[in-house]
Amino acid sequence: MKHIVILGNGIAGITAARHIRKLSDHKITVISGESEHFFSRTALMYIYMGHMKYEHTKPYEDWFWRKNNIDLKMGWVEQVDFDRRELQFNNGEAINYDQLILATGSNSNKFGWKGQDLKGVQGLYSLQDLELMEQNTQNIERAVIVGGGLIGVEMAEMLHSRNIPVTYLIRESHFWDIVLPDEEASMIDRHLREHHIDLRTNTELLEIIDDGEGKVKAVKTNDNETIPCQFVGLTVGVHPNINLFKYSTLEIDKGILVDELLKTNLPDVYAIGDCAQLKSPSQYRKSIEAVWYVGRKMGETVAKTICGTPTVYNPGVWFNSAKFFDIEYQTYGSVPPYHSSSFYWEHADGKKAMRIVFNENYEVEGVNFMGLRQRHEVWDRWIRDGKTLQYVMEHLTDAHFDPELFRRHEQEIQSKYNGAFPDHQVTIRKKGFLEKILN
Amino acid sequence: MKNLGLTFFLVGLGLFLSLFFMSDYQLSNEDFKSIVKQEHQESLLPEIANILEKPFSNAISFANAIDHAVNTVNEQMRATQQWDQVIYDNYTASLTRAATKGIITEHPTTLFLLIFGLVIGGGVIFSLAGKNSPPGIKNNGIFFNALNNRGWIGILVGTILIAFYILLYFYDAHIMNWIILVDPLQKWINPSATSSQWFLYGFLYTIAVTVMGVRFIMKYRHSKYQIVRTISVMFFQLALAFLLPEILVRLNQPYFDFKNMWPLDYDFFDAWHINMLTSAGGIGIFMFAWGITLFMVGVPVLVYFFGKRWYCSWVCGCGGLAETAGDPFRQLSDKSLRAWKIERYLIHGVLVFAIVMTGAVLYNFISSTNTIFGLDTYTYLRKPYGFMIGSIFSGVVGTGFYPLMGNRVWCRFGCPLAAYLGFIQRFKSRFRITTNGGQCISCGNCSTYCEMGIDVRWYAQRGQNIIRSSCVGCGVCSSVCPRGVLNLENRDEEGRFVKNSFIE
Ligand SMILES: Cc1cc2nc3c(=O)[nH]c(=O)nc-3n(C[C@H](O)[C@H](O)[C@H](O)COP(=O)(O)OP(=O)(O)OC[C@H]3O[C@@H](n4cnc5c(N)ncnc54)[C@H](O)[C@@H]3O)c2cc1C
Ligand code: SF4
Ligand code: SF4
Repeated sequence: MKHIVILGNGIAGITAARHIRKLSDHKITVISGESEHFFSRTALMYIYMGHMKYEHTKPYEDWFWRKNNIDLKMGWVEQVDFDRRELQFNNGEAINYDQLILATGSNSNKFGWKGQDLKGVQGLYSLQDLELMEQNTQNIERAVIVGGGLIGVEMAEMLHSRNIPVTYLIRESHFWDIVLPDEEASMIDRHLREHHIDLRTNTELLEIIDDGEGKVKAVKTNDNETIPCQFVGLTVGVHPNINLFKYSTLEIDKGILVDELLKTNLPDVYAIGDCAQLKSPSQYRKSIEAVWYVGRKMGETVAKTICGTPTVYNPGVWFNSAKFFDIEYQTYGSVPPYHSSSFYWEHADGKKAMRIVFNENYEVEGVNFMGLRQRHEVWDRWIRDGKTLQYVMEHLTDAHFDPELFRRHEQEIQSKYNGAFPDHQVTIRKKGFLEKILN
Repeated sequence: MKNLGLTFFLVGLGLFLSLFFMSDYQLSNEDFKSIVKQEHQESLLPEIANILEKPFSNAISFANAIDHAVNTVNEQMRATQQWDQVIYDNYTASLTRAATKGIITEHPTTLFLLIFGLVIGGGVIFSLAGKNSPPGIKNNGIFFNALNNRGWIGILVGTILIAFYILLYFYDAHIMNWIILVDPLQKWINPSATSSQWFLYGFLYTIAVTVMGVRFIMKYRHSKYQIVRTISVMFFQLALAFLLPEILVRLNQPYFDFKNMWPLDYDFFDAWHINMLTSAGGIGIFMFAWGITLFMVGVPVLVYFFGKRWYCSWVCGCGGLAETAGDPFRQLSDKSLRAWKIERYLIHGVLVFAIVMTGAVLYNFISSTNTIFGLDTYTYLRKPYGFMIGSIFSGVVGTGFYPLMGNRVWCRFGCPLAAYLGFIQRFKSRFRITTNGGQCISCGNCSTYCEMGIDVRWYAQRGQNIIRSSCVGCGVCSSVCPRGVLNLENRDEEGRFVKNSFIE
């Protein structure tokens, strides 16, 4: 029996712990300074919005850990002595490991703006950030958010739920257009404005202005406008949390470098989740992918390796999802914002859309869906098997995942496709009886 | 607009509640003579003499005085062994009704229109207030709200509901003002009838389902599933549970709710009920056969194709109230494993109790006896069931505890029909909630808003379909999921339990 220590109780660390427990009777200790129990970081916004309480964001009841003999240790690790295989806590305690899994997650980016450390200026990553945001947003008149990404739009929704007016600064010409093609990005722009978010595209933050008492009073933008505000949310991305290892023998770059078995350069030390950087990622995948699903997959993989079945990390076809206020987004495969050919359909209400990216052989490489739910398993298979655009159009109904009785859009999509590709027509789906009555 | 609606509603509710105190009670000699049977008048008169023509300022003291008089007579009769003189008739309600004097007896129709106009109008205005904001799930502030999160308003509402149910079931004379209030409507539907506490209850219930149904539809208006389902429960409550039985009575047919069924309808096999139906000619026989077919054939077949939701969240009255009036409280159900254990013991216990009780009642009916194994069926089975399960559990606890334990307390822990439907749903049905690949982010919205206390996330985050006997298929987990992970589906039984391969 070995002692396996996991630093970080996020999705990556916890998945590893659970799977090691399933596969072995090693002693397992999971360490975190943030919270005693595993909670869902992705649900932070819902606590602020009053949809849930902190308790609801815990995916397992508190008895689960003891029952499964997983030791939880709450505290901040200040240093790791890899030679002595020892983690040292800031209160002087220490524990030793036989094998160590680093799953320390991310930190919010800050780009050295003047005034970025004023009171009322913050990012959103941890529970502590959420508490701070709760304090920082009491009785304020306006908030400014900087950075058009997923956490930024969540923050906008959070503040909006409390009727706090939001000005949202985005450097690019559309929301999140480093990931989303123009049409999808514009759709979100419109939707944000529909929710009365004061969206400023092509606008950069220059500096944050002090009120004389160390608190934010306003921000200044690159078009020299001064926007009075009492809160600034900096949501300009995250980076791997590796401060602890800066001056150690652990090999790091932007993140902790790992091979395809998720091993670091040091013996018996692994890294998974947001903090890990793959030395050689697979095609279409990045070396650092700070998303929930990657942490989970890496946790599953490393558990097998540690329990005696060395397993290569194989993330499969990329997928992700998000929700921008009321518009759900799902993506499968690779959809770069600039790509050579794609088929795009948008519903007249401007809130639903579908994009299929294909290569020169008409094989589907990736899809985006806005406001439509689609079957993961089906698209994963189609993309892996290199199905053609015509094939997926013909079989579109197989991937339908919207709730029952929802208006179907296959007819419209297929007709548009038939118009655009007259040489490769598909049969248009027929409406069901009930559907005709209901719509 | 929201505040305007709320104000109307609260004023209406306030008027309704204060009506409880707003009458005087004075029983006239003539009323006494016309209501109390000849044979009881003589014995009762000496005891009641000091009440006659005497003003009382509230229903409670008046009703207590009547009860006291009747009890005194009965004690004397029992003491002197004059068993045939003991009074079993319940005169309290009818005498209280006759004695009631005040604004409610003078202007019942005006008050009826005023109070319910304010309540219904206010409720609808309140519900429609948000119609211009973009549709979508907005559970903002639910856990900061004193109504939705067991705060003082929640506790107050719970207390009022519990008190109302106790009065309704056991002290109808005390709420005579309210009963008189709905008499104009009763007379309008059926001129020869007089409103009872059950008519009052049915009417309030129907208002709750329809007005809060409008609110529910507005809240979930981005989802056609929710809209259609809610229109369905509103229709079944209004047409089948409330109006049709009253119309049947007007046409001199038996009172019958076509969508209710045994074992939820636990007096279906009571001798009086069977006799009532079978003596009502062809239509009565049809009703009897319908009731039996519904639970013997309808349930298994429909649950096989659609899951228990076809009943619990599309048709049933208890379910209808829970889904509409109870929606603000759905997040209060307990999701712990412990609660699930208690649930299984309780609900199956009630089912066994219902079967044993009905079996005994039927045995008595067929063999024309009153006892089973030497025990009096009414005293030891039928009455305790009606009291403990029918009144206390399904009413007082089932609805009174909405603001404390969530809106499906009865459906989850007590309803024997739900247990039966659930059995089939779990073991022989095409229904399941499909988990979409690996998309779950374990956020917990689904579990939080599952009114049945199912830890939906437990399954979703493992890539497993949700197949639980208690799931009523309300679809709210699917509606609130921010990643589009959950989908209620009827598909091939094969593969129903298979875990998907995106999550290990
Ligand atoms: C607001 C928000 C919303 C998000 N929404 C989504 C989403 O919708 N979909 C999606 O795919 N991804 C989302 N993400 C990203 C996703 O949450 C992360 O990718 C994921 O949580 C990373 O998991 P992890 O286990 O690698 O690290 P983390 O969850 O960050 O866990 C690391 C833990 O280690 C602890 N730790 C680190 N160093 C130390 C130390 N020295 N001593 C003690 N403890 C330490 C940290 O305190 C932390 O608790 C979101 C992130 C945020 C912030
Ligand atoms: S609501 Fe959706 S994403 Fe959240 S835990 Fe449930 S299934 Fe997963
Ligand atoms: S699991 Fe979903 S559909 Fe079933 S009762 Fe719970 S919330 Fe409703």
